[in-house]
Amino acid sequence: MNKRTLIGIVLVLLLACALPFAVSEYRNFQFTLVLIYSIALLGLNILTGFNGQISLGHGAFYAIGAYCAAILMEQAGLPYWATIPLAGALCLGAGFLFGLPALRLEGLYLALATFALGVSLPQLLKYHRLEEWTGGVQGIVITKPDAPEFLSGLNLALNQDQWLYFFTLAVAVLMFLLARNLLRGRIGRAMMAIRDNPIAAEAMGINISLVKSLTFGISAMFTGIAGALSAIAVQFVAPDSFNIFLSITFLIGIVIGGLASIPGALYGALFIQFVPNIADEISKAAPWAIFGLFLLGFTYLMPTGIAGAIRLGWVRLTRKAHHKPSRVTTILP
Amino acid sequence: MLRVRNVGVHFGGIVALDDVSFEVPAGCIVGLIGPNGAGKTTLFNCLSRLYECDSGEILFDGRSLLRIPRHRIAGLGIGRTFQNLALFRTMSVLDNVMVGRHSHTSTGFFVNALRLPAVAREEQATHEKAWALLRLLELEAVAQVRVADLPFGTQKRVELARALASEPKLLLLDEPASGLNHEEVAILGTLIREIRDRLKLTVLLVEHHMSLVMGISDRVVALNFGKKIAEGTPAEVQQHPELIQAYLGAAT
Repeated sequence: MNKRTLIGIVLVLLLACALPFAVSEYRNFQFTLVLIYSIALLGLNILTGFNGQISLGHGAFYAIGAYCAAILMEQAGLPYWATIPLAGALCLGAGFLFGLPALRLEGLYLALATFALGVSLPQLLKYHRLEEWTGGVQGIVITKPDAPEFLSGLNLALNQDQWLYFFTLAVAVLMFLLARNLLRGRIGRAMMAIRDNPIAAEAMGINISLVKSLTFGISAMFTGIAGALSAIAVQFVAPDSFNIFLSITFLIGIVIGGLASIPGALYGALFIQFVPNIADEISKAAPWAIFGLFLLGFTYLMPTGIAGAIRLGWVRLTRKAHHKPSRVTTILP
Repeated sequence: MLRVRNVGVHFGGIVALDDVSFEVPAGCIVGLIGPNGAGKTTLFNCLSRLYECDSGEILFDGRSLLRIPRHRIAGLGIGRTFQNLALFRTMSVLDNVMVGRHSHTSTGFFVNALRLPAVAREEQATHEKAWALLRLLELEAVAQVRVADLPFGTQKRVELARALASEPKLLLLDEPASGLNHEEVAILGTLIREIRDRLKLTVLLVEHHMSLVMGISDRVVALNFGKKIAEGTPAEVQQHPELIQAYLGAAT
């Protein structure tokens, strides 16, 4: 990582820390959701962007994570923070197991199989024999956690929403760090090699089945952790919040944000959180038509996602500044 | 080093390889020639386990390859290039070569995600080996360029570097000269010999380009319609009547 990127990240983090003190409570909640979505999108991007396995059902892992947190908090009485790693572990297992049969499927067929998962899970959550845990159609209401007491001792009185924002921010930073470590090394290269050319990847000694199914597990883990955070932030889980539209929204998020880009997950999260709101403000009668226009505009103007457009813009900017002769080479991230 | 014994492969009713046997002695460059459809690439794909043999045996260092999973072939010491290039097109040249080190490295998901000290050490070593190969094949200037943006001849060198990264004992080259111009072919021939000498490799080469095969091979095996029709030194094989017939048609 070069110096400029590092400075950029530090600036964004400082801005992120100042944010809850500068905006309204509602906006603060929205930005908490952006952070949560960014973790979910990062998970899906690891699978689809970096490893080339498409998923139209990641909402299911988000739901599993959310219900895991809700049930552990409300039925088992666990503290909210302890549910995050447990939800992650559960989804890691679930994703890995789903990834095994998915090994035989490629492209559109894998899309259908994951669609089947995404479309069936909300109904399973309503199943009456599970009602004792899941609360059936009613769902589960969760109590909002308070900021830890030591903070007020430090003269840092945060309200519940602000605390939740910072808690989510900390988890997000951790998850982005883990993802970056994983993707920049041997395993990340193996994932991308499989995406680009599976036959050659195998000839280089990569165990494709193992890498693909573990990648599915890791991806589900990220999305499940995001789901658990969302349950805590929204204070409520119900089957209908995790319908197939959520899965599709995640896919929109990674494509608009930038496939196979780590910061792309954050850009995508901003898009899926705020663009529907903006569309709603423009036209109450046809918000989805406006949303569709935004979607077309973004895909047309930024065919490599927001991350790709930023990278390209940056390259052009720095080239102009240095008056370098334009060479025909592609600059990698 | 490599022994192919009575290998037969058929696809449905089509016989691709029929009772083919030959040996590749250690340290040699062996050329595999034959007209289109003779079964050369089929044989290569049996060696890297992409195809199953229906009969016969393939021994590498005395060990049968036929029950070994595909992803373990590289670790045994067999590296290969592909006929129509099989590079990781969106990745950089350096990353392509680093993927070639996969079978010599071992860190898994967990230690990578936490970036434990073992990972940093391994990455450092992988990086150094990859750069050494980029220097050897004069690819340093394009190390960070996306492979898909490079000219064909350069991509072929990248594939060679990637194959060498796994430190193979046996290198399988599938038509390395295809798509290269006359001058590039001459350079390639020198390069293959030089690499063989410097890295103490054994090379099995499938090639259409006769002057290249005959120029650099120690031994040549000729196939036609899935059968071996001739074997020997380049000079011997060139005189073989069946080979002349296979390439030029029946004698008039």
